[in-house]
Amino acid sequence: MVNGDGILLEMKGAGLGYNGRAIVDNVDFTIRSGEIVCLLGQNGVGKTTLFKTLLGFIRPVYGKVTIDGKELSRFSPGELARLVSWVPQSHSTPFSYAVRDVVMFGRTVHLGMFAAPGRKDRIVAERCLELLDIGHLAGRPFTELSGGERQMVIIARALAQEARFMILDEPASNLDYGNQVRVIRKIKELGSLSIGIFMATHHPDHAFMAASRVAVLDSGRLCHVGPPEEILTSETLKEIYGVEVQVFDTPFRESGTRKVCAPLVV
Amino acid sequence: MKSVSLIVVCLCMLAAFSVVSAGIGRYPVSPAAILSWMATGRSVDANVPFILLNIRLPRLIAAITAGGALALSGAAYQGLFRNPMVSPDILGVSSGSGFGAALGILLSLPVAGVQIMSFTGGITAVLVAMAVSRSIGRGHDSVLVLVLSGIVISSLFGALLSMLKYVADPLDKLPAITYWLMGSLADIRMSELSIVIPLVITGAVPLMLISWRLNVLSFGEDEARSLGLNTGLMRGVVIVCATLVSASIISLSGIIGWVGLVVPHIARFVAGPNHRILFPVSFLFGAMFLLVVDTLARSAASVEIPIGIITAVAGAPFFIYVMKKSSMKSW
Repeated sequence: MVNGDGILLEMKGAGLGYNGRAIVDNVDFTIRSGEIVCLLGQNGVGKTTLFKTLLGFIRPVYGKVTIDGKELSRFSPGELARLVSWVPQSHSTPFSYAVRDVVMFGRTVHLGMFAAPGRKDRIVAERCLELLDIGHLAGRPFTELSGGERQMVIIARALAQEARFMILDEPASNLDYGNQVRVIRKIKELGSLSIGIFMATHHPDHAFMAASRVAVLDSGRLCHVGPPEEILTSETLKEIYGVEVQVFDTPFRESGTRKVCAPLVV
Repeated sequence: MKSVSLIVVCLCMLAAFSVVSAGIGRYPVSPAAILSWMATGRSVDANVPFILLNIRLPRLIAAITAGGALALSGAAYQGLFRNPMVSPDILGVSSGSGFGAALGILLSLPVAGVQIMSFTGGITAVLVAMAVSRSIGRGHDSVLVLVLSGIVISSLFGALLSMLKYVADPLDKLPAITYWLMGSLADIRMSELSIVIPLVITGAVPLMLISWRLNVLSFGEDEARSLGLNTGLMRGVVIVCATLVSASIISLSGIIGWVGLVVPHIARFVAGPNHRILFPVSFLFGAMFLLVVDTLARSAASVEIPIGIITAVAGAPFFIYVMKKSSMKSW
């Protein structure tokens, strides 16, 4: 089921919300494994609701959400976790697990009910840490890490899950500028591992840097889906955020150009 | 293999404590005499085998089982609620057991009857708390609802217990209830232990089996679910097993506070937060702790001191010390 190339995560005419009341209506949207999609929209517009639906925490009020044609509600928590991993916005634990252990939590879904991770899982965890350039943190207690390091560890945990899709809820928020760039760079690398990445962000620049497509959530609808260069114009940004933003082309790495945003302050 | 050697060290210490404790009492026996009797099966003093086997051994086993079980149950609850301040009676097992035992005493039931009433009361309180939290149900933070239900049920049974104490005969029944509530390992018989120990094992084995999965829960229910855990099932298994473990001990010993709260802390401080190691280490630490406390309870004064009093008096300052020490690190 999960072996074919490019499986699809689809929402067909789905209404998303709680207690039978949709706060996002008529979502028609598809993500293919291997692409990076950025989700933009104001605070409180329903980005987290959308993610919770995709993670199976809540069911769509109407319509369908499917992976590879099968409805999400028909997957067990274990089956779903093999398809979709999650990097939540904030993470805390009262107990000081070592980073290596935290990453190994991602292996849960590949273990038997009563098993603990073995040598193979340890190797996968180490590899995920190396992939994110944080191998040196393996023995440190998670609770003593900085925000940027924690974010990387949680991404490594999601990676160790070996799911086909990864959902990241504002992975770069609360990070300093350098760490933001590092996280976005790593996410872009993950896209090349044929994982479908769906990430929420508040920075249009992140979309220009990493995304192959953007989706904009505005006034209860998923409007504007397409390549960031086409969608994220001064007009749409004004429409979404209500502020004036200029979008420029800048020369980038000799060969081409990349767009950047410059908000007007005065 | 650091964890294995830690467990081996704990086992050796527990064995040493047991030998020393077995020798302490109204009729002192030196550890050397005990060891030579154990090695050869013969003793110069003919009283020694009788005292050890019939008086000291049941009590020794009771202390080890009770301490270990309460600490294990506490460690499981703390892991489930992701809170190092949780004790096994958070869902009302103690007040339920207390009410059951008091009712049994009031009805003049024999000892076994009181124990069964206490066990039933403890299990019932927790099941009611679970049912209440289920009925309040979905859309809420389920852990929070569960804790609040536990508090409500706990105080309800506490009130019912007060009512029983109020109507109990103050010359006869009331002291018996009060004494039961203070906890004691005196008069525990081998025959009782042979029922309770299998119950404790029945609860402890599933806890040990899912111990690694309990780690995954430490980031919260949603994250655990996204990692593939069936969180509802996990919660049910942990609560039922931990309650079985603690209720069966409480029915025998009465209420012994503090062990389930303090010991898992100390164990976590030494062994780290991984429940796979934390559970056995908590059990062994709890066993050692209660063995020492019970030895004090039966030998420090000419009359038996209720064990619950010593655990609190010794537990409180020790807990403050450990908190001070461990607040420099994290939990």
